This record gives sequence, C-alpha cells and structure tokens, in this order.
Amino acid sequence: MKKERLNFSRRDFLIRTTTAGAGFSLGLYLPLTSCGVQTAEEQTLSEVAEVNAWVVIEPDDTVIIRIARSEMGQGTLTGLAQLVTEELECDWSKVTTEYATPGQSLARDRVWGSFSTGGSQGIRGSHQYVRKGGAVARHMLIEAAAEKWGVTMDECRVLNSVITHVPSGRSTTYGKVAALAAELIPPVHVGLKDPKDWKIIGKPVKRLDTINKLNGKQVFGADLMLPGMLNASIKACPVFGGKLKSFNDAKIRKLPGVRAVLAVDDNAVAVVADTWWQAKTALDVLPVTWSNGPNAKMSSASIAQMLDEGLSADDAFVGNKNGDVKKALQSAVKTVEASYGYPYQNHATMEPMNASARWTKERCEVWCPTQNGEAALEATAEAAGLPATQCEVYKIHLGGGFGRRGAFHDFVKQAVAIAKQMPGTWIKLLWTREEDMQHGHYHPITKAKLVGGLNERGDLVGLHMRISGQSILASVNPKWMQGGVDMFTFQCLLPEGDHAISYTVPNLLIEHAMRNPPVPPGFWRGVNVNQNTIYIESFLDELAHAAGKDPLEFRRKLMDKHPKSLAVLNAVAEKVGWGKAAPKGVHRGLAVCKAFASHVATCAEVSVDNKGKLKIHRIVAATDPGYAVNPQQIEAQVEGSFVFGLSALLYGECTIKDGAVEQKNFDSYPSMLISEMPKVEVIVMPSGGFWGGIGEPTIAVAAPAVLNAIFAATGKRIREFPLKHVDLRSA
Amino acid sequence: MVKLKINGKSVDIDVDDSTPLLWVLREQLGLTGSKYSCGIGLCGACTVHINGEAVRSCIVPVSSLSASQDVVTIEGLSSDNSHLLQQAWAELDVPQCGYCQPGMIMSAAALLNSNPDPSDADIDANVTNICRCGTFNRVRHGIHLAVDINKRGRSS
Repeated sequence: MKKERLNFSRRDFLIRTTTAGAGFSLGLYLPLTSCGVQTAEEQTLSEVAEVNAWVVIEPDDTVIIRIARSEMGQGTLTGLAQLVTEELECDWSKVTTEYATPGQSLARDRVWGSFSTGGSQGIRGSHQYVRKGGAVARHMLIEAAAEKWGVTMDECRVLNSVITHVPSGRSTTYGKVAALAAELIPPVHVGLKDPKDWKIIGKPVKRLDTINKLNGKQVFGADLMLPGMLNASIKACPVFGGKLKSFNDAKIRKLPGVRAVLAVDDNAVAVVADTWWQAKTALDVLPVTWSNGPNAKMSSASIAQMLDEGLSADDAFVGNKNGDVKKALQSAVKTVEASYGYPYQNHATMEPMNASARWTKERCEVWCPTQNGEAALEATAEAAGLPATQCEVYKIHLGGGFGRRGAFHDFVKQAVAIAKQMPGTWIKLLWTREEDMQHGHYHPITKAKLVGGLNERGDLVGLHMRISGQSILASVNPKWMQGGVDMFTFQCLLPEGDHAISYTVPNLLIEHAMRNPPVPPGFWRGVNVNQNTIYIESFLDELAHAAGKDPLEFRRKLMDKHPKSLAVLNAVAEKVGWGKAAPKGVHRGLAVCKAFASHVATCAEVSVDNKGKLKIHRIVAATDPGYAVNPQQIEAQVEGSFVFGLSALLYGECTIKDGAVEQKNFDSYPSMLISEMPKVEVIVMPSGGFWGGIGEPTIAVAAPAVLNAIFAATGKRIREFPLKHVDLRSA
Repeated sequence: MVKLKINGKSVDIDVDDSTPLLWVLREQLGLTGSKYSCGIGLCGACTVHINGEAVRSCIVPVSSLSASQDVVTIEGLSSDNSHLLQQAWAELDVPQCGYCQPGMIMSAAALLNSNPDPSDADIDANVTNICRCGTFNRVRHGIHLAVDINKRGRSS
C-alpha cells in the first residue's frame, strides 16, 4: 500500500557522523533557505529515501539512522544505532547517524519521542520504540522488494541490507528499494527479536564518532563558525540572585573589534565583538556595578549551620521505613553514630557553556550542545518571544554534559537575549571557564546523621538515617515532587525500584529534612546516589568494624533478598581475592549499590604512606545492566566513572563566600590526572531481563570503596570531603 | 602584523600582539581543533607543538613567536589520520566526548618525539591534560599501542 510522500527535507538535518571509510566526512550544513550555506552533501538530497522517521537510505546502501538523544561522550549514539541496526538487519559498516531536530519533532508530533539525555536514560528509556523503528523500516523494505518482484513477503529473507527471494534466488539491496519502501504505509504491529537472536546488540563494536575526534575535525559548539557571525563574552552577577546595576562602556567602546556592550536580562552584561578574544578582553576591563541582593552575606559556614539544624529537626520527609527503629536502637547491645557531609560540586565540562543564536522578528535559530533538544527549543522560544514553531535548535555533540546541559539552558537564553538586540546576526556566546565555575547548577549539598544498632551477635538490628540538605527538584522541577517530598533525594535508599537500597534492614528509617540554601542545585552525573552511597556504604563499614566482622560478610548477611546486588558484590570480591592477602601495604575497601536500574559493586586497593600520601593501585568493578548493548563502551563508562567520582572525592568542592562561589578555574577546582589513575578491571555481567543505565551508577561506588580502603589502611574514618583537606597519616 | 609558520605554511596575521596563539589559531586561521577550556595553561586542551615540544597555546602571546618556529596543531599532525597515535586511538576507541582529545594527542605526540618508548612514569610526568570523561587508561594504553605499531612496522 502506498502513502502520500512526505514533503520532508533532509536539509533540516545537520550533523552526521560516519563509520571510518564510509565515504562521508563530517557534514555540517544549514538549511539552504535560511543562510545560503550549501555543501556537497546537499547535492545528493533528492536521491535519498526516508523509509521512516528513524531510517534514511541512500542508493549506495548507506543507512542514515536518526538519533534524538545527545552524544556527550557516553556512547549513546553508537548504542542507539546498534539497536536500530539489529532490527533493520542492515550492514553495520554502512551505518551513519544524524541528529533529528527538535523543531522537526514538534512538526511531526514527537515522532522521535523524548530528546532528554540524562539519568542514564539514553538507551534504557528508548530501546523499545527505537528498535521498533528499525523493525518497521525492515518490514517496509522487504515489502517493497516483494512488491517489485510480485512475490509474497514471507518468501523473502534479509541479511546485511541484502533482500533475497528464497524460491527464485533473486536478490536486491536496501538502497535499490528504499525509494519504493518510502511510499508504503508502515505496518502497525511488528515483532521485536528475542534477545537470544541478537547479532549486533551486545557486540563490542567501535564507536561511530571516533575518527573526527582524532584530527580536530569534530565541530563543537564552541568551534562553530557561521556566516557573518559575531562573538560574545558575558559576565553575570557573581552573587547568586544579584542583579546588574550599571556599567560604563566609555572605556571599551572604541577597542578594536568591539561592536556592542549590552545588558543581558537583569543580571548580566555582554560584549559583542568580531572575535571572542576581543570580546573577552574588553569585558575584562569593563567597569560594572552589581546589586548583590539578599544573598550577599551567604557563606559555606552559614549553609553548614542551616544543614546542621536539619540533622536534628523534628520534621522530615520519610523515604524508606519499616519496623520500629526507635525501639530497635533502644534495645540494641551496641549503637554506632556518625555524621557525614558532601560539598557542592561543579560539572566542569571541558567545553564551557556556549550557544549560537540568530534572531529576527519571524524566526529564531540556535546551535548548541544540549542534553535535551526539546528543552533547548523551549528556552529559545521563551527568550525569543516567538512561538516554538518559529524557532529551531540544531544540536551539536557536547564537549561534556554531566547533567549541566539538560535541565538548564541559561546559556541558550542569554545567547538569544543578545541576538535579539542585534537582529539578523549570528551571535556565538562562549562563557569563560571562570563564568562556568561561578554560574553552575551545582551538585546539591547535604549532610547525614546515621545511627545503627547491633545485637549480641553483631547483627544489624536497626538503622536510622537522617539526611539534611538541598533538594534538586524543589529548585529545578517542583512538578516532579510528591506532596512536597523530593523522592530523588533518596536515590539508592528507596524500598524498591531503579534506586532501591541493596540491603534488608529489620528496622529502618530514612528521612530527609529539606534545607534549601540559595545556591542553584542541579543534576550532576550520578545525582544523589553519589553522596547517599558514600553515607550508607561508609557507615556499613563502620558497623561491621564495630561488630568485629568482615565488611563483606556483614553486607552479605543483609543481602539475601537482593540477589543481583549480591552477585556483583561477590564478583568483585572473587576477582580481587577478598580474604586472601593483598600486596604488602595495600588495603581493600568495598561498596555496592543499585542505581539507574543497574547493579554495581567495586573493590578498591589503596596504600597510604607514612607521610599520608594516598595511592589508589587497583579497582575491580562489576556492573549488571540487565542487557549490555556495547560491552567495550560499558567498560569505557565504568573506567570514566572512577575519574568523575574520585576527582570529586579527592579535590571537588565549591565553597561560598559573600554569596558567590570561590573557585574560578581548574587551579582551585582540580580534576584527577593520568598519574593518579588506578588500574581498573571491569566485569560486565548482564543477567538479562531489564535495561539498566551505564553512564552514572559506578560513580557512586568509586568514592566509598576508596574511603573504606583508606580506613582499612589507616584506621581513619573520613566523613567530610574532599580529601585534599584531610591528613591521612595513620590514626 | 605577525609572521608565523603553522603546519608548514607561512602566514601573516594582523592581530593585537598580546593575543594568545590559541585564539590566532581558532579565530584568525579557523583551526578550531585546538580547544579553549581553562585559558590559564592548566588543562591542556589547547596543546600544540612549537618546534616539536608540547605547549599550552592559550598562554603564549603571539608576539613571542617568530616565523622560524614550527607550530604544529592537531590538524597538522597528519593529513590522513595516519599518525601512530591516531591509529592507536582509533583502534582503542579512546575518545569519549572528545573535547580534550586533540590536546591529549598533541601532548602524547610530543612525548613520543622526545622519547620513542615511554614508560608509565614518563607518561605520568608528561601527559598532564585534564579529561573529565575519564579516558586516562585508554590514553595510556594508546600511547603504548602506538609504540607497538611502530615497532611492528619497522620489523616487517
């Protein structure tokens, strides 16, 4: 059956990555109608066929898979292409990808689903409909071949983009029937393969986006050059909630290249110049007066005081409760009590925030690295004062995301606000590192007090955990709260679900006293699992020590009803040789958790010398993500998670003085280097039956495993971070 | 006017003397492979070679350079991704987001220029680039693999 041909131009699709040698270099082009940029690629547009929203096929059998989620290093682009390819039965060596645009999504009734790329959701949140997209396209391609040959579909087989009519032996390829397939009505029902029949899901195939990252050709938002483009540098009031009072541009108006000095919204000032360097250096010497507002006296000490009060306050939200913890603790033979705290962290993506915008009365377009194209489009429309249908966002690979570029598009709104003051001109706004450090949406700050009770046998009989501190949702998305409760605060401590606690404790109470300092919080890779796992896994070690028990045995006793968490814990224990002697001077620590639906565990081996110098020698890490789409990329994510989690543990903190973040660059907010990187042995152990996340879970176990190993090495229990402030010499 | 030699070509640049080499590369010459990230010579995303040595180009004023010095950027490392490190990086899928990788590769390439078979300690001392995605172990493996590819090439 034929359908009306869609009047849909591929010119609206922007960036294509390719497998090595597939014939395309990076194509970066704009709609012809909007700015007159034309590339060689456009010349082939008339020959390509959109089989369905997910699959476009060229006459030479090149398969272009449309991707809605964002690639920021986590490998989701390749993983999603594997999912489509699996069902499409196409030749992987001829697969390329391109981003769908949010504007097209709006025009096509959200045919690609959500664009949101966070919460380790890229694959686990879309695998069903993405695979279906591939299966539908396969069906249409076979139907087209069958129609051409005048045979029935069930006599046809397909393998690697080649369709064969079995009885006659005739064959054709996807490229030859794609145009015909594109005119057919898609089937409503298609089955998906049984996982046991998967051929490319589960294979450690190479990433599709590597080559251009080796030679400087990968264009990031910060690199973008568009016709007539001007460059902007911006400075917002350093004090949270403060406003722009005035600026005196007399001194810089005449500087070379400077085109404009502009107020942006009510809290920032920008210089627009021919080059970014001119804009930045002019802004550096611009006299600006701020109105600092009500937070001018806020400090880390005042925030700590606020959180300390919450640790013992009467009112708190309950996240997990069973039994009678009060009674259990009263009747315990021994109780242990400890308080922990976790500081603010900055995402510190290597590529600072940026966006390029062009505004006219009729239309506003933005190019930006974003973790959520649809949210970027909303931000564009809002700042432009135009309906979203008159706006478009072109996505570019991100130079790091980590949660900074998903829920917040402050940088997009600023770029549009500048562009609106200079209609018709492309403006590229690029933040300095200093601006990026001071205007983040920070990992929230919390503290926790834990009390545990042991019986005469040293078993855990009750655990009370009080968290005090900041809610992300209260600031970012109150609509997601339930009756004033931010359940995200309890990630990895919940009774059930993707973030269930990995233990069964007979009498348990976990609660949250919400205390929200006026420092903007955000989703930071791993989110609340980071600090919660430090709290619970360190404290379980404290309890095991108090009970005189082995930390592995102590945990195992609480994990009967958590077989998958137990399995990853056992896997690392076995591989590391738990119970057998470690190398001389080397000590071990464990941590386990369930996060983003995956089960992860880690054992760290560390030594601390007599000067207190820590060396992390070896990490063994196990992950059960249910289905493992690309094991070598899972290994890369697990290794990388240790850099993110341990950088925070060793160095990461944003402190507040006079209402502003004190850290301004990597000198005061350091990140781990290769010299500090331990050997990491990754165990990928997919047990099947569910889809767990990969990019975040392991971050959570990195820090507590190292902290527990430090305790084993030194007898020191560290409860405040980062470690750069702590004297690690043996107690 | 400043005269420079970039990737083997002589160029005349009309720019303020204090402009860092990084911004001349990016904004005057369109060579955006060298990245801006910290601007204070710390993170290494802007690393290029000057006479074969790794330099943080974000803190080198263009006026300090002369036309006799060879500046090589990631774009000039090879014309066809054939540099040993590019081969090794592709083999191991080293990059994640990729933003730090041009600088990472240029740091590693400068190390190999001076030390064709570096130890892990040599790598630790010379590759001091920040990578927030955490590609370090593949970077280390990649440098060793590049050495191996070179040895295999010479023995065959």
